[in-house]
Amino acid sequence: MAELELRDVRKSYGRIDVLHDIDLKIEDGEFVVLVGPSGCGKSTLLRMIAGLEPISGGDFLIGGKQMNDVPPRDRDIAMVFQSYALYPHMAVDRNMGFSMEIRRKPAAERKGPVTRAARTLGLEPYLDRFPKALSGGQRQRVAMGRAIVRDPKAFLFDEPLSNLDAALRVEMRLEIARLHQRLGTTMVYVTHDQVEAMTLADRIVVLNAGEIQQIGTPLELYEAPANRFVAQFIGSPTMNVLELPPEGGLKLDSGARIAGTGGARHLGMRPEHLRIVPAGQGDITVEAQVIERLGSDTNIYTEAAHLGPLLVRAHGNVDLRSGERCGLIFDREKLHLFDQEGARITPNAAAPVQG
Amino acid sequence: MASISRPHPALVVGKYLAVAFYVAFALFPLYWLFKIALTPDALIYTDGTALWPSALTLENFRSVIFASDFLDYFRNSVIVSLSTAAATSLIAAAAGYAFSRFVFRGKRWVVALMLLTQMFPLLMIIAPIYKIVAAVGLLNSLWSLIIVYTAFNIPFATFLMQSFFDGIPKDLEEAAMMDGCTRFQALRKVILPLTLPGLAATLGFVFTAAWSELLFALMLVSKTDAMTFPVGLLTFVSKFSVDWGQMMAAGVLALIPSCLFFLFIQRYLVQGLTSGAVKG
Ligand SMILES: Nc1ncnc2c1ncn2[C@@H]1O[C@H](COP(=O)(O)OP(=O)(O)OP(=O)(O)O)[C@@H](O)[C@H]1O
Ligand SMILES: [Mg+2]
Repeated sequence: MAELELRDVRKSYGRIDVLHDIDLKIEDGEFVVLVGPSGCGKSTLLRMIAGLEPISGGDFLIGGKQMNDVPPRDRDIAMVFQSYALYPHMAVDRNMGFSMEIRRKPAAERKGPVTRAARTLGLEPYLDRFPKALSGGQRQRVAMGRAIVRDPKAFLFDEPLSNLDAALRVEMRLEIARLHQRLGTTMVYVTHDQVEAMTLADRIVVLNAGEIQQIGTPLELYEAPANRFVAQFIGSPTMNVLELPPEGGLKLDSGARIAGTGGARHLGMRPEHLRIVPAGQGDITVEAQVIERLGSDTNIYTEAAHLGPLLVRAHGNVDLRSGERCGLIFDREKLHLFDQEGARITPNAAAPVQG
Repeated sequence: MASISRPHPALVVGKYLAVAFYVAFALFPLYWLFKIALTPDALIYTDGTALWPSALTLENFRSVIFASDFLDYFRNSVIVSLSTAAATSLIAAAAGYAFSRFVFRGKRWVVALMLLTQMFPLLMIIAPIYKIVAAVGLLNSLWSLIIVYTAFNIPFATFLMQSFFDGIPKDLEEAAMMDGCTRFQALRKVILPLTLPGLAATLGFVFTAAWSELLFALMLVSKTDAMTFPVGLLTFVSKFSVDWGQMMAAGVLALIPSCLFFLFIQRYLVQGLTSGAVKG
């Protein structure tokens, strides 16, 4: 086990810069999740940690040792590929024990770790099957088993669950969480999935266009996103962002104004922090357009005159029909303000509500 | 879903008739080869186009095997074809892997050059090749044939091998490298076993090409002890007559190594080995 450290790491393909000045220190035993839109460089970053992709600039260290030019096989890091990458010509047990086979461990010694990993993952009945005779979920387990058997310094996952169906994804997510609890090994995990990121991570790294936008615990990112990008990327459904009129801020039905000062240009409100009230009694009046009833929650797509669309997420069921007018109350504590550049304005820098 | 309707019986019969016709069409020359080989010399012209010979004999085979140089021609052909197949496949596998996996300067030029070599009619370059081979003193040797065949088969074989390597996900060797392999170990332990069908196909293709090549063999070899089988066949054509029976018997014998070779590689030709490697 060891900590991973990236110092000013850069990556470019020819003249295209894919990653700029990545500074990231992953503590020993930490579970770090990399998220970001497609093409932002998550896989590239992970592959540089693995050693599969050369580092164009900066330093990468494992346990304080410079690793830039160390080949993958000497980094003692295991990786689970999105495609699983099982060796099709080897049965499950040989797949899982392959790393030991390469290190010339005798067959008798290979058996123990493989059996143990198979037991943890419920793979015992399949040990002598070939990958093509396994279901997607079983293949995914074999891929994890192959990594576990190595007892590496760190695990890397590149969207490991994205090829599974929803139910299986939930199950495997739990399995990975348990695995981390049990092994306590450093893990770096790339995903598109909000829920995976929020539930698994000790810390989340949000990337956009090759730059780190914010690093923080899931709740930090949710409650205090550093900028508009993070605010809209983290949280589901997505945060509503309204443009504020440059002079005087947003006018409420009561005549009060929100965010007239302090250079705020955008106002962010999470759908779950808006409350539906009868028309005329709220901060603003809107028209409900589409209503999605999920049972536990209701998503209400509303349209506010002059302001544009606002999504509201209400708990339980809501007695409302599309086309009906209603009022919305903002949760004052949970409003987010962003300046011209999109950076978040910390709450005490500008009192959101005046009047 | 609606039940799948069974095709009309006439359609089924028609399909089998079509297949039977095709098989007969494709195999008829082969049958004729056997027929002539087994017909006594005296009856060839009297039997004419009768489908079944009126008498059978193994005399043609006997004289080909024991009374001619054919065993030598065979030996030469086997040596040349096997060596060519092995050398070409080895080089093509290495080159195909490089084209498939590495980015390097001049790659496009090398590919373009290799394509270019495939565009000239052989007749155009046969004279220069003769000059070159003569200059290095390899005329009338099996070496000349092995080298020339290898050179001419490499471009196509390389493209063939490249397409097989392209079909193997890159993730697999990366996973192997994470598991502790060097690139070469990953190639040997993971990629190569998966390329066996491709390698077998390439071997088979090159072997057959070398086995039946006539033009270069005719030009570069004029002594009996370095003649290959296709050239040897021509010795049955003399100025005044053609010894059909022996020629066909030799042809039948020539089929044997090819058949054996394909029998040997056919289990590697079975595709589908890579299924299950990736995705669910
Ligand atoms: N070999 C390459 N040459 C040039 N550009 C590349 C190369 N490989 C990747 N890129 C670029 O690098 C960027 C980052 O790619 P990467 O695969 O890391 O994205 P990602 O964040 O993993 O996306 P996704 O979520 O879709 O997997 C992309 O814009 C991609 O076009
Ligand atoms: Mg990716």
